[in-house]
Amino acid sequence: MRELTYKDALHEALDQIMAEDDRVFLLGEDIGVYGGAFGVTGDLQEKYGKDRVVDTPISEAAITGACVGAALTGMHPVGEIMFSDFVTLSMEQLVLQASRIRFMFGGKATVPMVLRLPGGSGTGASGQHSGSYESWFIHVPGLKVVMPSTPYDAKGLLLAAIEDPNPVMFFEHKLLYRTKGPVPEEMYTIPIGKSQVVREGKDLTIIATSVMVMRSLEAAQKLAEEGIEVEIIDPRTLNPLDMEPIIASIIKTGKALVVHEAVKTGGFGAEVAGRIVESEAFAYLDAPIRRLAGLDMPIPYNRNLEYHAVPQVENIVEESRKIVQGVY
Amino acid sequence: MEKEKLLEGELTPKDAKHLLYLMVLTRAFEENAEEMYALGKVHGTMHLSIGQEAIAAGASSAITRDDYLLNTHRGHGHFLAWGGDLNRMMAEFLGKENGYCRGRGGSMHIADIESNNLGANGIVGGNLPIAVGVGLSIKIRKTNQVVLTLFGDGAANEGAFHESLNMASIWNLPIIYLCENNLYAMSTPFDQAFKIEEISQRAVAYGIKGVTVDGNDVFAVHQAVREAAERARYGNGPTLIEAITYRWRGHSKSDRQAYRTREEVKEWMEKDPIPRFAKKIGVSDKEMEEIQERVKIDIQKAVEFAENSPEPDVSTILEGVYA
Ligand SMILES: Cc1ncc(C[n+]2csc(CCOP(=O)(O)OP(=O)(O)O)c2C)c(N)n1
Ligand SMILES: [Mg+2]
Repeated sequence: MRELTYKDALHEALDQIMAEDDRVFLLGEDIGVYGGAFGVTGDLQEKYGKDRVVDTPISEAAITGACVGAALTGMHPVGEIMFSDFVTLSMEQLVLQASRIRFMFGGKATVPMVLRLPGGSGTGASGQHSGSYESWFIHVPGLKVVMPSTPYDAKGLLLAAIEDPNPVMFFEHKLLYRTKGPVPEEMYTIPIGKSQVVREGKDLTIIATSVMVMRSLEAAQKLAEEGIEVEIIDPRTLNPLDMEPIIASIIKTGKALVVHEAVKTGGFGAEVAGRIVESEAFAYLDAPIRRLAGLDMPIPYNRNLEYHAVPQVENIVEESRKIVQGVY
Repeated sequence: MEKEKLLEGELTPKDAKHLLYLMVLTRAFEENAEEMYALGKVHGTMHLSIGQEAIAAGASSAITRDDYLLNTHRGHGHFLAWGGDLNRMMAEFLGKENGYCRGRGGSMHIADIESNNLGANGIVGGNLPIAVGVGLSIKIRKTNQVVLTLFGDGAANEGAFHESLNMASIWNLPIIYLCENNLYAMSTPFDQAFKIEEISQRAVAYGIKGVTVDGNDVFAVHQAVREAAERARYGNGPTLIEAITYRWRGHSKSDRQAYRTREEVKEWMEKDPIPRFAKKIGVSDKEMEEIQERVKIDIQKAVEFAENSPEPDVSTILEGVYA
């Protein structure tokens, strides 16, 4: 199959859906001539004009609210928040409006909007441009939270998100934009709310998100050299969360490790661990469920500190080894 | 010796020469920063104020160091003009332990709380609400200080701008809102983001004084900030100053600048605030060369200092999250 970068896969998804569906339009800061801070929208303004690829002033609350209003009236807006950190300025419109308008209006309104959110550390962007905020939004009923880790998933999930009648928070990762992988040329969707086993193994189940899927796969190779076979599951959608493959896997391996970049306390890992404990997999566990996550701190500027603030391949190897060998 | 003649805006010739030095230093710091970035010595991004040096020089010299500074992402010049130590600034830029923020903040978050420099900010408009609190604190403590709050044209379109200016005006807070209008917010030209001619017109909506000045003229900025500070100290509230300038470089390290023409950039480069100020204060070419030479040495020393400074120890990684 043809290979594309994660960034180009997203671009292609936007391009194809815009050609087909004139309800879809894009809204955000510097997404036109500049092509987006990370180049995702690229040439789309040239192609579809300024009415459908709308450059906004620096006004995140209004960008988000504009998506809500347009969605309420039949459009399918895709907003871009330049760095996911700035979604903190969109909170009211997301949490108190977008997420619950449908419910409060007795199920009679729909808000089919997508907010694209480039996040994560590893680029030296320091404390206000490097965060991972996905777990804030899994706490908000009415919002869906999607976090693709491959170009294939990026395209398919973005198209599914745009099609979805609900507000979808679409978390991209800056370090993934340049990664390459097979992507079909035609349009396709990947169902929201479907976890995927990305590597099979018998000794340990790793549940990883976003860039941590890539790091876990690398760790798995190293572990395989030591005779440890890990199974890796990428939930891809954090809410609604598909636990089925996770439970099935733990019943097989008896051990679980959740890996994410966002800080540990109150993170997605806690939710996964909680659901495992509540499930039939609990009886099959022969070791505590472990979480590897970002330290409970903002991302530091210094390159070395930044590196140590979030899980790296060697941390995943070490933690997996400990769990499998029963020493921690 | 001839008695020092006061220049426009009550800057002495000695002050003026120091300001010129700071402008040259800022430019050299940023040119050096670019070089280090190209050599892979710096990780991350940076926002250069090359071409905008007059604003920092004019503004900081118009208030005292008992006052407060709230800076922006494009704030190297303001940091130096406030009196920041070049060595520790360079060390921060390289993420070193003895940098101003122990290497945790970097170029976008450089601060020196001890000298009332409340820091650069990576969030556009992020310092505007904070200014209200600083102003309120000054008012409650009755200290007669003012707070110089910098922001760009782009920041004026965040909701925070409105909330901040409104509160400051109804409570007569001692805040100098200094908008550095460099005609672009990243790729967005001024006239695409505003339907008014001048950002200072917005002052009308808050019942406060608003002025637009030539931001490439040190004296014009100095004068406006001085007057605003006076109003603020006499309890007459905030002022909105708009200083028109131009950023010569791209927005950040990764900007192809497809949104503007080379001719436009060239035109503005001809309005270089540094030689303009040098000429105005009567600094000769020879003196200018001396300043350049001094700056070169200062930068070299700072780079040496920074490169020889220790990296933060990973065992201290969690320090500073909580007090
Ligand atoms: C809340 C927020 N939105 C967007 C950004 C990304 N960003 C950083 S600087 C910038 C442009 C700011 O323009 P302006 O205020 O005019 O300042 P300038 O860069 O021109 O000095 C943008 C969009 C940000 N840092 N914070
Ligand atoms: Mg600007």
